[in-house]
Amino acid sequence: MTFQGKPKFRHPSIPTNALGFTRRDYEGSMSTLCAGCGHDSITSAIMHACFELAVPPHRVAKLSGIGCSSKTPTYMLGQSHGFNSVHGRMPSVLTGAYLANRELTYLGVSGDGDTASIGLGQFCHVMRRGVRMVYIVENNGVYGLTKGQFSATADRGSKSKKGARAADDPIDLAALAIQLGATFVARSFSGDKGQLVPLIKAAFQHRGAAFIDVISPCVTFNNHEGSTKSYDYVREHNIAVSALDFITGREPIEVDYAEGAAQAVTMHDGSTIHLRKLDAEHNFSDRAEALTLLERCRDTGEIPTGLLYLDEAVEELHDTLGTTARPLNVLTEAELCPGPRALEAINRSLR
Amino acid sequence: MPIEAVNDFVIRFANVNGSGSASANLLFARSILRMGVPIAPRNIFPSNIQGLPTWYEVRVSEKGWLGARGGAEMLIAMNPATFAQDIAALAPGGYLFYDSTRPLPLAMTRGDIAVLGMPLTEICAKQYAEPRQRQLYRNMVYVGALAALLDIEFGVLVTLIEERFKGKDKLIEANERALKLGYEEAKDRFACPLGIRIRRSEAVGDRILVEGNYASALGALYGGATVCAWYPITPSTSVVEAFERLAGRYRIDAATGAKNVAIVQAEDEIAAIGMVVGAGWNGARAFTATSGPGVSLMQEFFGLAYFAEVPVVLVDVQRGGPSTGMPTRTQQSDLLLCAWASHGDTKHVLLIPDGPNEAFTFTAAAFDLAERLQTPVFVMLDLDIGMNSHLAQPFAWDEERRYDRGKVLSSKQLEEIVGFGRYNDVDGDGVPYRTLPGAHPTLGAYFTRGTSRDRYARYTEDPAPYVDNMERLALKFETARKLVPAPVMKKAAAPATVGVVYYGSTSAAMDEALAILADTGAPADGLRIRAYPLSPEVTAFVHAHERVFIVEQNRDAQMRTLMTTDLGLDPGRLSAILHFGGAPITARFIADSVLERLNPAVPQPLEAVS
Repeated sequence: MTFQGKPKFRHPSIPTNALGFTRRDYEGSMSTLCAGCGHDSITSAIMHACFELAVPPHRVAKLSGIGCSSKTPTYMLGQSHGFNSVHGRMPSVLTGAYLANRELTYLGVSGDGDTASIGLGQFCHVMRRGVRMVYIVENNGVYGLTKGQFSATADRGSKSKKGARAADDPIDLAALAIQLGATFVARSFSGDKGQLVPLIKAAFQHRGAAFIDVISPCVTFNNHEGSTKSYDYVREHNIAVSALDFITGREPIEVDYAEGAAQAVTMHDGSTIHLRKLDAEHNFSDRAEALTLLERCRDTGEIPTGLLYLDEAVEELHDTLGTTARPLNVLTEAELCPGPRALEAINRSLR
Repeated sequence: MPIEAVNDFVIRFANVNGSGSASANLLFARSILRMGVPIAPRNIFPSNIQGLPTWYEVRVSEKGWLGARGGAEMLIAMNPATFAQDIAALAPGGYLFYDSTRPLPLAMTRGDIAVLGMPLTEICAKQYAEPRQRQLYRNMVYVGALAALLDIEFGVLVTLIEERFKGKDKLIEANERALKLGYEEAKDRFACPLGIRIRRSEAVGDRILVEGNYASALGALYGGATVCAWYPITPSTSVVEAFERLAGRYRIDAATGAKNVAIVQAEDEIAAIGMVVGAGWNGARAFTATSGPGVSLMQEFFGLAYFAEVPVVLVDVQRGGPSTGMPTRTQQSDLLLCAWASHGDTKHVLLIPDGPNEAFTFTAAAFDLAERLQTPVFVMLDLDIGMNSHLAQPFAWDEERRYDRGKVLSSKQLEEIVGFGRYNDVDGDGVPYRTLPGAHPTLGAYFTRGTSRDRYARYTEDPAPYVDNMERLALKFETARKLVPAPVMKKAAAPATVGVVYYGSTSAAMDEALAILADTGAPADGLRIRAYPLSPEVTAFVHAHERVFIVEQNRDAQMRTLMTTDLGLDPGRLSAILHFGGAPITARFIADSVLERLNPAVPQPLEAVS
């Protein structure tokens, strides 16, 4: 667990944002995930981003599906309404909520099982429609709640905790999102708060479908030799990590490095993962270039992180539909009901 | 002997799908209506788009019997592919009208019918150069001929054409010309009118002719639906298509031109209901329309909406199941699917209209009920109601009527109350108070989930709060019982020991069946169920009659199951009369089945089945 129950007491010098809120005002209830879970770092990054952006917490609606990642909206933004819906269907629920009230900020939190397997269809279509939202996938390549089965983002040939090999090609959600019309697409790493927080902030500012694929290692079920989502994957020499229950007492992993360099980052347990910052020359407004980069890194085994694609000339869902600027959920009889006289005319036309 | 009948016969059109016959046939039907004579038109169409057989049937009934009847006194045979079967189905003494451009094969004629041939194709070939025009106006030519043959006032047809193509003088002129061609040609060729004919009457009154799906869409418009998410499926598609047309007319902001509605065609039924759930959670009136297969796909979301207490409206236009079943045939076979949708202990509110008027009022009411009860509400149409035009009472709307938005706490109310708990039963009716996202900076936020929680919406797996919650949901269902439309009793003129329970589209045939039974000396009282949960009046009705029949258009007597489980009625007391072949139930079938059960020649099995 990344934080314990804390006293409500506030030191007078505690920093506040433009709205006068402290960081504590963006917190939720205590996490029930495994200690050291990457997801908790992402939760923390989201809270951090919302604090720095001075988002009014009650103007955010947080939605999720089912899974470890989908539990996390409870652990953040306690003053926001949340909706933990059904497996793989968060995108449609979020779309409906957005249709009802276009004035709120919508945060969708999902995992690789929730999004890339059962929910792949809805993921694709929510991106196509240009729903204005921040959609974060906490991607660990594995099912946590059902104890360690592969997800559809597990790389071909990678090994499960029980020894099975992933036989199928992985789904690259960032590539899909770019291809399907998301207008803000990024990939990041749960341990890289320095990169993740600004990305989340940028995503919240985006006026269309924003997607961030955050690699978030599962310390319990996907941290072993042969897993490409484990720290060992990129290690040069083997250290058997057979006992996977030593997960207590770790701090969330954080890295910091300069733009342009690809580097092997040593994780808190001594494992490493390739992280490659996009070079400053990368043209993130070019869809084809972004896709080429992802394909190239797939061959080399590198994981490109940062902003991959951005299109600010957004036509989002309400633009397409031509909906009124007012939230639909505040309209009343006056705007909605044509009344008895119009009905009489309709009756006449049916005789 | 040729049949003689005034304002009481069935005329059947055998057409080819995609030939443009539908609008001509509707024009014919409406001309009879304009002469004040009640009609019941029905489409019979297989599941395909173009080139295959389709039938249109108009029952003309001065007495106002609007159910399907079966058989036909006149046949308009426009499809050579089905000549043989169509002619075989014609009543003895009936009339066959066909396109005699090509001679009728001898083997297909019958000695006991009157054969009326008119070279429609030849006439149109002379008059029109374009092939499509020839095809379309051929339909108008036969409508013109029918006017002469059946004594329909030509002026009525002209008026209808003028109304339909208002402002398009060219079209008016062209259609009138085609009608006139047929009219004159028939007068020349045949002794007009025939033994069957239309005579002006006053039996229609102010009733309207309208499809149930349109009526339901109109109900959604008047009921204040602002979000509609859907996936096309026969026979529900025209609900949303009509809603879209209506919204295009009545939901455009005059100042900005923006829409006061959002309609999204989803990628499947699961996404459609997901959007409706999301919108309902966020305070918009949202609905979807689908048919059985769609409801099957949506099951998980109904469990969520029931348990998380989210208002949802669904219009189910039922068709023949199971699986893909018979997409273009009618049935009442989704009752259990909807009433108990999803895993776990669930019970859902069903509204069951009998035709377009109730399709309108019940769909509008569904939005009030869904928000009042914070739960899914199903409007149970079927293909017969939805896709056929019915003579119905005109729609009415009370100027003073206000939407019941249910127990939604405003920002101000949140500040006044102490200790808001999303699932607290403050009023003792099982319906808690809810808040909408964004309502208040610090009060009223809660986490919505499909997992077990306590009264303050906090996750818990403890048995006590779980049971507390489930029992409150059951109590809420009892509140629903008091709010849904009560059954309608149709008492026989004479005291009756026989009672017939029915619902939905069976109503039209039942009116006539009850009259037949009364005439046969076996009077029966009727009780039309209009909603689930069921009213205690149903129990009283069953107990008040010695013999009780339940008439349904499904195989398994699904309403009987609901009566048994919901009211604790003895299924042995409920004799099921079941009609589920896909064609609408007829009065004859109902009356014959009841009479056979009452006076069995030989010991009868428990159920009559067609």
